[in-house]
Amino acid sequence: MAKRIEVSGLHAYYGGVHAIEDISMTIEPRSVTAFIGPSGCGKSTFLRTLNRMHEVIPGARVEGKVLLDDEDLYGPDVDPVAVRRVVGMVFQRPNPFPTMSIYDNVAAGLKLNGVRRKSRLDDIVEESLKGANLWNEVKDRLNKPGAGLSGGQQQRLCIARAIAVQPQVLLMDEPCSALDPISTLAIEDLIAELKSRYTIVIVTHNMQQAARVSDRTAFFNIAGVGKPGRLIEIGETSKIFTKPEQKATEEYITGRFG
Amino acid sequence: MTTDTGVSTTAAAAGGRVRDAAIGTGRAGDKIFASAARGSGILVLALMAAIAVFLIWKAIPALQKNEAAFLTSEEWNPNAQPPRFGIAQLAFGTVVSSLLALAMATPVAIGIALFISYYAPRSVAGPLGYLVDLLAAVPSIVYGLWGLLVLAPRMEGVSGFLNSALGWIPLFGGDSPGKNSIFTASVVLAIMILPIISSISREVFLQVPRAHVEAALALGATRWEMIKLAVLPYGRSGMIGAAMLGLGRAMGETIAVAMVLTFVPGINWHILEDGGTTFAANIANSFAEATETGRGALIASGLVLFVITLIVNMAARAVVARRKEDA
Ligand SMILES: Nc1ncnc2c1ncn2[C@@H]1O[C@H](COP(=O)(O)OP(=O)(O)OP(=O)(O)O)[C@@H](O)[C@H]1O
Ligand SMILES: [Mg+2]
Repeated sequence: MAKRIEVSGLHAYYGGVHAIEDISMTIEPRSVTAFIGPSGCGKSTFLRTLNRMHEVIPGARVEGKVLLDDEDLYGPDVDPVAVRRVVGMVFQRPNPFPTMSIYDNVAAGLKLNGVRRKSRLDDIVEESLKGANLWNEVKDRLNKPGAGLSGGQQQRLCIARAIAVQPQVLLMDEPCSALDPISTLAIEDLIAELKSRYTIVIVTHNMQQAARVSDRTAFFNIAGVGKPGRLIEIGETSKIFTKPEQKATEEYITGRFG
Repeated sequence: MTTDTGVSTTAAAAGGRVRDAAIGTGRAGDKIFASAARGSGILVLALMAAIAVFLIWKAIPALQKNEAAFLTSEEWNPNAQPPRFGIAQLAFGTVVSSLLALAMATPVAIGIALFISYYAPRSVAGPLGYLVDLLAAVPSIVYGLWGLLVLAPRMEGVSGFLNSALGWIPLFGGDSPGKNSIFTASVVLAIMILPIISSISREVFLQVPRAHVEAALALGATRWEMIKLAVLPYGRSGMIGAAMLGLGRAMGETIAVAMVLTFVPGINWHILEDGGTTFAANIANSFAEATETGRGALIASGLVLFVITLIVNMAARAVVARRKEDA
């Protein structure tokens, strides 16, 4: 189910602003890849190019190639809607649909995919909520609004919603930044479980988190204000955190940055 | 969530936090503001009470002389001796024409708002939105003239067609579909209330949080699916509020309706046929020649219109409030 992503020569722009420059990397399937780097270096922007969410911002555009198991996501015949059904996304701030129940939130993507049978929906909703470690907390109130959950529960609800459609890839943009340490650990455990089935990419500002959950780490940086962000290096997490090849990486990781 | 529209904001502002403001820190600015706010609040209430008292005081003598049942009679002869008048046909014309106008205008208005907010390229959306807003600024007399001179002659064919195709529906039945009918009036009303419904809906759509839109898109929703998942649920109470404001405007509209309709006494369920009148149109048409009692009767009918509008407003607010709780 999980797929490999190969990015080559990727640039992203916001109108006239060149946000990221010439990024090439391979993201391995069934593993967790962490993106780290200073604020504004383009981690979110790059992440959003991987499921064609970048272009929903007015004036934003992308150049370059993103291959998902040899299929170019930016090919001329590719429908961005189809891409997003295969590459799921979890945002920094939990964003369940506020008017929908917990159940309907998880079922939303399934219904888009044409799943209508109640029994099948029930099964997948349960399975997804279990997958997101939320089932026990919500099984008695599936019909209550999703907005009534705590922040950490809402974020796990969003993860359940994303995995319910069984994507090939799961992108997470600082999924724990709005959460307390307990919820953070719950989500990190969840990521560890999910990686056996999905290709996972996670953006994080938390070095320990990157070290704990990821197999590979990519470090991004900007040369200066107004310059586009670049990929400095990518490698095994253990190697990036102990013997990085680039000086900038070492400085960032050891906190001697800037 | 702030999907408040005019319907709900006015009362919240008037009755809401005036007293809390007085529990300030006691600084001079706070005190001045608190008394100014309280003063304006009281002034509004006093004005409303004064108007109500005046109207009721004018209406009572006429109602006492009335020989017909005021609420149920179809007659309107307040200038006769003895005066006989009732509001049944006025209420019928008002409610039917406004509801019909609402039914025609709301889907179109929301469609326009969705198109401007989510489909049109930016170069089209701006001017189009401006144009729709401009429609709201056209004086009703212009709509009246247009309805009478341009629309009504063309409605004859439409009415005839509806009558032959849908004549089995009682409202569209009858033998002589015409052009100065309640149906024509409601088409004019629909056009008049379109801009207000559309621009309020657009305001609401603009407030839909980016996070909800992106949540839907990231799940692989098409644009229309995104609208169903994120935009419409968020905007629902606002759209209801917008429709109710439009309904209120349609019920109170005077001159355009008065110009389009030809007066034929009595309730006619066949709305494609000429005839029908509304509260406001009736007041405009007969106030000038009315006797003392006639004026009292018209004022009484105006009070009924006021009550109906109030009920619509409260119903709208109840709907909006209940929907919010659900959310
Ligand atoms: N919607 C936007 N319109 C214009 N420029 C944007 C937009 N979003 C981001 N940018 C710019 O693109 C650059 C990269 O931003 P991005 O959000 O990708 O950084 P980031 O690495 O995710 O930062 P953070 O760690 O703070 O989340 C920044 O210079 C930012 O100002
Ligand atoms: Mg970011």
